[in-house]
Amino acid sequence: MIISNHFKLHSRGKHIRQHGSASVSIISYLFIGLFALLCVFPFYLIIIASLTPESSLIRDGYPILLKSFDLQSYALCLKNPTSVLLAYANTITVTACGTIIAVFIAAMTGYVLSRMDFPYRNKFSFFFFFTTLFNGGLVPWYILCVRYLGMKNSYTALVLPLLFSVWNMIIAKSFMKGIPDAITESAKIDGANDMTIFIRLIIPLSMPLLATLSLFSALTYWNDWYNCMIFITNERMFTLQYYLQRMLGSAQAMRLVAEKSGIALPSVPLEGMKMAMTIIATGPIVLLYPFVQRYFVKGLTIGAVKG
Amino acid sequence: MQVKAGAINRDLAHQKPPLFKTLKKHWLLLAMLLPATIYVVVFSYIPMTGIVMAFKNYQYSGGIYFSPWCGLDNFKFLAIAGKLWQVTRNTLLYNVAFILLGIVLEMGSAILLNEVSKKWFRKTAQTFMFLPYFISWVVVGAIMYNVFNYERGVVNSMLVTLGIKPFDLYNTPGAWPAVLIALKLWKQTGYGSVVYLAAITGLDQQMYEAATIDGANAWQKIRRITIPSLIPTMMILLLLGVGNIFRGDFGLFYQTVKTSALLQPTTDVIDTYVFRMLINNGDVGMAAAAGLYQSVLCFATITVCNFLVKKVQPEYALY
Repeated sequence: MIISNHFKLHSRGKHIRQHGSASVSIISYLFIGLFALLCVFPFYLIIIASLTPESSLIRDGYPILLKSFDLQSYALCLKNPTSVLLAYANTITVTACGTIIAVFIAAMTGYVLSRMDFPYRNKFSFFFFFTTLFNGGLVPWYILCVRYLGMKNSYTALVLPLLFSVWNMIIAKSFMKGIPDAITESAKIDGANDMTIFIRLIIPLSMPLLATLSLFSALTYWNDWYNCMIFITNERMFTLQYYLQRMLGSAQAMRLVAEKSGIALPSVPLEGMKMAMTIIATGPIVLLYPFVQRYFVKGLTIGAVKG
Repeated sequence: MQVKAGAINRDLAHQKPPLFKTLKKHWLLLAMLLPATIYVVVFSYIPMTGIVMAFKNYQYSGGIYFSPWCGLDNFKFLAIAGKLWQVTRNTLLYNVAFILLGIVLEMGSAILLNEVSKKWFRKTAQTFMFLPYFISWVVVGAIMYNVFNYERGVVNSMLVTLGIKPFDLYNTPGAWPAVLIALKLWKQTGYGSVVYLAAITGLDQQMYEAATIDGANAWQKIRRITIPSLIPTMMILLLLGVGNIFRGDFGLFYQTVKTSALLQPTTDVIDTYVFRMLINNGDVGMAAAAGLYQSVLCFATITVCNFLVKKVQPEYALY
């Protein structure tokens, strides 16, 4: 009995982890399959709605199946491309600058706090961590930013609020604890200073960490609408997500006004454009996703380690 | 004499080196901490001193620190406004649901994902499940519009086709808790399950082999090995959740509910309430008071919980 079980285990080769049993297997395929479909279904709905002609949307509502196909919604979204392109340019610039600075600061701070010969590491760790336990609330923060730092209608308002995350710092710190102390020590004996060690030795050894942090950061910046909403009123500085939010809201408002005043609805494909704009605003980050998923999972594994 | 000198030297070695010497020795490391330190001082610690605003009658000319004091007036007005209990209850109940259902669903998906033997199926499912994490709440708002819009939403166009009366979600406050909980779980389960999956992958396979030899079936192995091994990961995520139990996920509530007053009894949370007071009404003092109330509640909760966890099981404590 024991031998046959043993044999079975080995005959499974690399997939030892699955523990067999038909009922468990059926339930897991069913549950995971259904849940995965449920996760992508709304994206499918948005895509087919963006491809359906406006007349059909007005008559039958948003479709479940694509019956007729038309790119007019996209064409109209990009017809006056300056505002969309400006929003794209703003989002890309803010994401790029923010991510580079944020990752550098998180990695550098994490490295110092991971150095066992640094006597104040615990004090500083708590100094940073405390900000996640208690804060002054939205009001003092907002007034400080607007009144004393002049962040209203300034690009700093789109970069600074998301620049430093204690969680990213903790992820960096636990990753760098795994780099042998001997590397820092031997470089010190060779006369290198701490900054040189960090830039020349630690950064090249931390590529999986940097990839992960870059992803977290880029995602945060790309998807940010909040800071744009509360700090920016200049239309030329709108980011992509806020542009989309305004479009979802204002088209609705336009329709209401038109209906209430009895004016015939303008022949603008509002309903289709909303969905097309959603795709335009989400597209790049989702297209990037399959390529970066590998790092993301690896990064979460790192993140799961308690700081 | 020599013996004495040796003793003194030994004493000196035991003493802490003088402060300035340590600072001088580590000046570069300290300099490397400077950007992050300045950042949290400016954006976290200075705003903390701004909690005095909760006790002030904010005037533009006086700013945060030189406006006149008004005692507890802001809190009094907050109590009179009568919404505080409603938003606190909503915030708490939503977060309890998010945390508890989140744990069940994330752990469950991770365990079941791990049981899926076909690699392509597992990878594809994981990719699909992760997708909602990548989109902003604005896009979730667009999805809500697509699905639940009264005139044109997918749900209603289906109902009408089937000859059933259309359903107006935006006039049905009672349906919102279910919708909001579903949206939150939809968006975060993929992410959360990967955290648990990472923990499962790290488990020692010999435990499973031994259990198989002892005749354990698949369910028994899940119940007796996998789930208990995931408890430490769960405890960290649980404590992190509890620390924010009085903070609403602003994006979720703001982008899906928008500004409907009709839905407020079931959808208004502290964060949306504070936001409306500050941005729409300009009630700076009251908004500051509500913000302080929220921060104190959060801080008290996490302090007590962490203390209790530390007493019972020190290695699970957050700090």
